[in-house]
Amino acid sequence: MIKKIKVGLGSCGIAAGAQEVYNYLQSEIKDIEIISVGCIGHCYAEPLVEVETESGSLFFDHMSATPKDLKRLLDLNNPFKFNKNRSNLEKIKVTKLAGVINPISFDEYIDNGGYEALKKALSLSRDELLNEIIKSGLRGRGGGGFPTGMKWRFLSAKEESHKVLICNADEGDPGAFMDRSMMESVPHQVLEGMLIGALATGATELIIYVRAEYPLAVKNLSIAIEQIYSNSLNNLNGKTVSIKIKEGAGAFVCGEETAMINSLEGKRGTPRFRPPYPTDKGYLGHPTAINNVETFANIPIILVEGGETYALDGTQGSKGTKLFALAGDIPFPGLVEVPMGITIGEIIYDIGGAEKGSVKAVQTGGPSGGCIPETYFDTPVDYDSLKALGAIMGSGGLIAIGKNRCMVETARYFLEFTAKESCGKCTFCRVGTTRMLETLERITGGEGVLEDIQFLEDIAPKIIKGSLCGLGQTAPNPVLASLKYFKHEFIEHVSDKKCLALQCNPLVDVYLDQSKCIECGACVKTCPVSAISKDYVVDNSICTRCNSCIEICPKKTIYRRVKGGVNG
Amino acid sequence: MNAWILSLPKEKNQIIRALQEAQKREGYVSNDIIKELSNYFDIPIVEIEGILSFYTQFKRVKPGKFIISVCDGTACHIKGAPLVAGWVSEMLKIKEGETDEKGIFSLETVACLGCCSLAPVVSINGKVFGNLTRKSLSGIIKRYQKEGVEND
Repeated sequence: MIKKIKVGLGSCGIAAGAQEVYNYLQSEIKDIEIISVGCIGHCYAEPLVEVETESGSLFFDHMSATPKDLKRLLDLNNPFKFNKNRSNLEKIKVTKLAGVINPISFDEYIDNGGYEALKKALSLSRDELLNEIIKSGLRGRGGGGFPTGMKWRFLSAKEESHKVLICNADEGDPGAFMDRSMMESVPHQVLEGMLIGALATGATELIIYVRAEYPLAVKNLSIAIEQIYSNSLNNLNGKTVSIKIKEGAGAFVCGEETAMINSLEGKRGTPRFRPPYPTDKGYLGHPTAINNVETFANIPIILVEGGETYALDGTQGSKGTKLFALAGDIPFPGLVEVPMGITIGEIIYDIGGAEKGSVKAVQTGGPSGGCIPETYFDTPVDYDSLKALGAIMGSGGLIAIGKNRCMVETARYFLEFTAKESCGKCTFCRVGTTRMLETLERITGGEGVLEDIQFLEDIAPKIIKGSLCGLGQTAPNPVLASLKYFKHEFIEHVSDKKCLALQCNPLVDVYLDQSKCIECGACVKTCPVSAISKDYVVDNSICTRCNSCIEICPKKTIYRRVKGGVNG
Repeated sequence: MNAWILSLPKEKNQIIRALQEAQKREGYVSNDIIKELSNYFDIPIVEIEGILSFYTQFKRVKPGKFIISVCDGTACHIKGAPLVAGWVSEMLKIKEGETDEKGIFSLETVACLGCCSLAPVVSINGKVFGNLTRKSLSGIIKRYQKEGVEND
């Protein structure tokens, strides 16, 4: 007996076609309630449908809007064998309701214990509340890792009547989608955390600065805010707080506190000098604290569990759980929640499903972080251990870099990103990142010399020292980490003019093996620049290495090989 | 002056929101709108141009009917985003930042659409397509070319 059917309609699900599946099920099934939920976290299986029966839930992966899949679903045949805790290494706390409740149903959130934490917070004094947060050991989940309780105590101590609390939802690092998932799937949980934050700090103005690239998150948050207003939950012990959404306009640097404040004030989002710190003089001159989405999403859990219980998870210096957006060269990408202190290897192999030896490094912290090579995969995930390796915790993007990827190209990619996103205020960041990028482009372009590597090592610490904000201070990290662990790849590029990963186009030839060719003509026809002759020889001086022929060849006789190589 | 501008609170920190609204309505920010906003908020035009050039979201030329945004986030990049951008270029004969002659397609690359687990992805007017291959991309673009209308 089917009780309910749930379709995961997060952005990932929609991209995979879940909206069509949802509409189709709506039109075909009349007697069972079909509801849309947020992100279930198993992106690789999307579109994913959960069928709730009396004897528990069954999941169906890769659903399509077809009668065949409808039958499969209603007969409860071939359910997807997964354990919602991919392995027993995951610890689902913060994401407990994500993918379970309808994100925009206020009642469902309440039925699942929503706003109980706020109720508890309202019964505590401000000091008791702050103590609870401090006891939990929660550190900022945006990457910096500053203790949340301390930050709130600073703001709380300010005597001004107008104080501002901002939720940083400008999740700009490429490869991270934890915050998007939380806002889309459980907007009320984030907002409840903010309301508790308002109580703890005395803030009366709450602002969510969210990326404009996340339209669904904006929509769900807006609906949730209306529900808060209509239920007067923004009335905190007689004091009314306002909650507003501000859409960012696409500038990575705005993830930096003072740049975000400038942007909110309608200016160019460049960082400011500190002091004054935002807690002294922030948005429009008011004392301001900024916390990340995931940090806020943790707050209700701390209140319900109590700070001490919360602190039982994790390590000495890093408490609780952490969300990671797992992506890259692994079979099971998605959103995972793990206790702090789990090792990188456990995340990549046991949860992500990667085979041992298939991943040569992971990149944490996006363009501000660094790569961690396979030899260090037994490192526990916590703020301090990762920092010691030259990487950072970052906000939670975790990209697996397969053994067939070029680390020089990956480093170049991150520098291209930071050079583009540098706001231009500090010379070392503006010019330095551009010079680094040019140098890396020379190396990946086959024109590099050994001095280029020295130059990179020389300029990196200067950029770190000479930059005002986190963007510049961390921009060289990806290059430094790659140089630390994969220097041989840089040397191969400059000395041997070889990219063994076959990714750097100028160092690669496209080769057609005529002994296996069946002369079907598919490659000749598909080549956009007519680089393949009628007698099936690739002219590498014309070829743009677009891979079109490689993809279309039915016999797989065309492949990339090291430039000037003889055998593959 | 446009009526919607008059309904905005006359506070200088509203300028970014106003520009976003203008772009939502017209697809880009025109010189005329900049003049009107400059008058309304009493902010010099040069300052507004400064804001516009700072944020990547803003467009100063009219884009095509369909904006193809190729995601070049980390996951998409290592899974071949540069190839994808090249394919679009080649299929539509436009480069990054350009619009075709008929004003139907524009091509841009964006930082990260947050659908990393479906890499590589593109979004066309906000609708995301994942796990792209050359073949599936070509099918998607042909569909848009043919229908000329959005299919959601």
